[in-house]
Amino acid sequence: MWHRIFGLIFKEFLALLKDKKSRMVVIVPPLVQLFVFSYAATFDLNEVGYAVLNEDPGQASRELLAGFEGAPSFRLVGFLDHEGQIAPLVDSRKVVMVIHIDPHFTRDLLLERPARVQVILDGRNSNTAMVASGYMRSIVTAFSRRWADTHGFTAMPAALEVRAWFNPTLQSRWFIVPGIVGLLTLVVTLLVTALSVAREREAGTFDQLLVTPLRPFEILIGKTVPGMIIGFFEASLIILLAVFAFEIPLRGSLGALYLGLFLFLLSGVGLGLMISSIAVTQQQGLLGAFLVLVPSVVLSGFATPIANMPEFMQDLTHLIPLRYFLIILRGVFLEGADASLLWPQYWPMAVIGLVSLAFATWLFRHRLY
Amino acid sequence: MASPLPGPPVSASPPPPVPPSTRRDRAMRLRGLMRKEAIQIVRDPSSIAIAFVLPLVLLLIFGYGVSLDAKHVPIGIVVDHPSPQTTAFTASFQHSPYFDPRQFAHIKQAEDALRHGEINGIVWIREDFDEQLLSGQTAPIGVFVNGVDANTARLVEGYIQGVWTTWLQDFARMQGKPLALPVKLDERVWFNPGLRSRDYLVPGLVAVIMTLIGALLTALVVAREWERGTMEALMVTPVAIREILLGKLVPYFILGMGGLLFSVAMAVWVFEVPLRGSLLLLLAASALFLLAALAMGLLISTLAKNQFVAGQAAILATFLPAFILSGFIFDIGSMPAPIQWLTHIIAARYYVAILQTVFLAGNVWSVVLVNASALILITFVFMGLVRRRTRKRLE
Repeated sequence: MWHRIFGLIFKEFLALLKDKKSRMVVIVPPLVQLFVFSYAATFDLNEVGYAVLNEDPGQASRELLAGFEGAPSFRLVGFLDHEGQIAPLVDSRKVVMVIHIDPHFTRDLLLERPARVQVILDGRNSNTAMVASGYMRSIVTAFSRRWADTHGFTAMPAALEVRAWFNPTLQSRWFIVPGIVGLLTLVVTLLVTALSVAREREAGTFDQLLVTPLRPFEILIGKTVPGMIIGFFEASLIILLAVFAFEIPLRGSLGALYLGLFLFLLSGVGLGLMISSIAVTQQQGLLGAFLVLVPSVVLSGFATPIANMPEFMQDLTHLIPLRYFLIILRGVFLEGADASLLWPQYWPMAVIGLVSLAFATWLFRHRLY
Repeated sequence: MASPLPGPPVSASPPPPVPPSTRRDRAMRLRGLMRKEAIQIVRDPSSIAIAFVLPLVLLLIFGYGVSLDAKHVPIGIVVDHPSPQTTAFTASFQHSPYFDPRQFAHIKQAEDALRHGEINGIVWIREDFDEQLLSGQTAPIGVFVNGVDANTARLVEGYIQGVWTTWLQDFARMQGKPLALPVKLDERVWFNPGLRSRDYLVPGLVAVIMTLIGALLTALVVAREWERGTMEALMVTPVAIREILLGKLVPYFILGMGGLLFSVAMAVWVFEVPLRGSLLLLLAASALFLLAALAMGLLISTLAKNQFVAGQAAILATFLPAFILSGFIFDIGSMPAPIQWLTHIIAARYYVAILQTVFLAGNVWSVVLVNASALILITFVFMGLVRRRTRKRLE
């Protein structure tokens, strides 16, 4: 029996890797994507364009603006002369932010009256606006505190001391790169498996396979193992790159990570084979893979937190294996989690994997044309 | 559920081989090709699914699933020594829609909860808070946030800062002292004053969906013809390359525009995104983008000639870039320079810029014209490549 299964596994690898184009598709794009997406997928702001309309002739406004000029998050686009210039500049997306300083800014400060600064933000990308607003406020607050200290205001009654755990400088990349490990592993395993049965159905060789002495269970193993092996190597390569090329700290236990990877591959291959067994043509197989892939990207918490979704969506995310694997990846990479802490993430993936594999096996025989 | 195999393209019934083909012949051939393509679309349930079910599912998933607005963030509040002063501060958290505060008796418990992911942050008011507050020193308030999700951490930090600023002003007013923070900020957010992330995500989403309809579908159908050898069969008929391509484009273009209208209707009526610019302009820009996406799909399938590779390539070259490199969710201006250059060859980038502007800001011609010209250029380049590659194959 093992001899037969081994033969099938060998044949699957041949089918996948003998064609140069297919081979390239499995190996090159994930690496390109890792690099492109790791640098591109960031919520950190860099050189956000801003313009200044400073009507105040005094010293204080210049001090305030110096704080912005020194910040790497902002890039000064230009100074404006009158209010009419604001709208065209913002409308055409040349700047995201305009700082408008009141004519009496310095005078009000010296008289200990509230000095006014108006800030206009382009809300078309609301996240950029929100993050830029946060940066801007911390610069203004720092100026306020400095001014209060040096000009004999009473000391501030209380101050925040903010500390971020696990990611002290709050770099998006530390969040995104472990996520990409999961995302790309899923893409590769799904695509490798989703077409494997459909291709044979289309070519008619699956019927031939069914009349051989191979039992459905053995066919299942033959189809599962190649996907898992390819996924395993792909994921290991990306994990290596995440640690050594992107310098993401790997704080937890590798054992916990690989246990998660194994279960994740099991569920990914299971879903892929299930799609493949339902599909009649390769096109339908690809579409099915897509219908799994897209919700996985969106609902797994890869880019946007699950906690922000409405309740019913949050419930739906429990069906998505990537959701669990992302928690494991980020837990092991950043929080230093070990297997005992991650148990709630392991078993749902195991369940999804076993159920989908069982269903796929059943479909082998019960979906004939 | 066995879908009938789409009929062989001979149903296009080429006219008898009369060497100089008249305009009528050409029109007839084109009509025949388009009819064949339309029949193929109607007969294969998966094409219909891509055009109509996919936008619906995607809009629902993205529209509800993608949100950057953190609300009711669970945070832990630790007050070592409760007093009227500390209550005044912590009460602001109870009333804020952004927080779901939980009291912890001791910092150790709160830290455990943070470690287990039960809360996203801790606000810790230490024992000597009152003493320092009233003696004129600056009392420290400890804030810890879980930095794993850096973006959410930053938002939570910002919200906490907002609560603190308001409290400072109230406190100063009660004490009759000058304002603790001398600068008064007046912040205005244009186009999206409530900073609803849905308002900016849903327009961009239309671009992702149009990419899927345009590029993925055409990539697959044309690759299928190559795989089955029916493309070569088509080429020995009097049908010109131009006509084959046109015959492919027109039905899928119509399908795509149908999907677009559907998406826009959902954006406006279901997700309540304001459409401040003109619908006509939106449709024109969408038509341009759809042409670019279709051209991209054709190019992929012409190069791949096999459904597995074409499907992979369509996902890698169109869907994922449209998701990550288009400015749909991640800000292009903040990416490193080489990646910013790369985004210039992504058609979705220009379309997203137009969509976000036309939906939220209105008809801003300086944005629309620049991006529309880029779309036209990309379409021509891709179409040119498709024509060259397809012709080469024949020789």
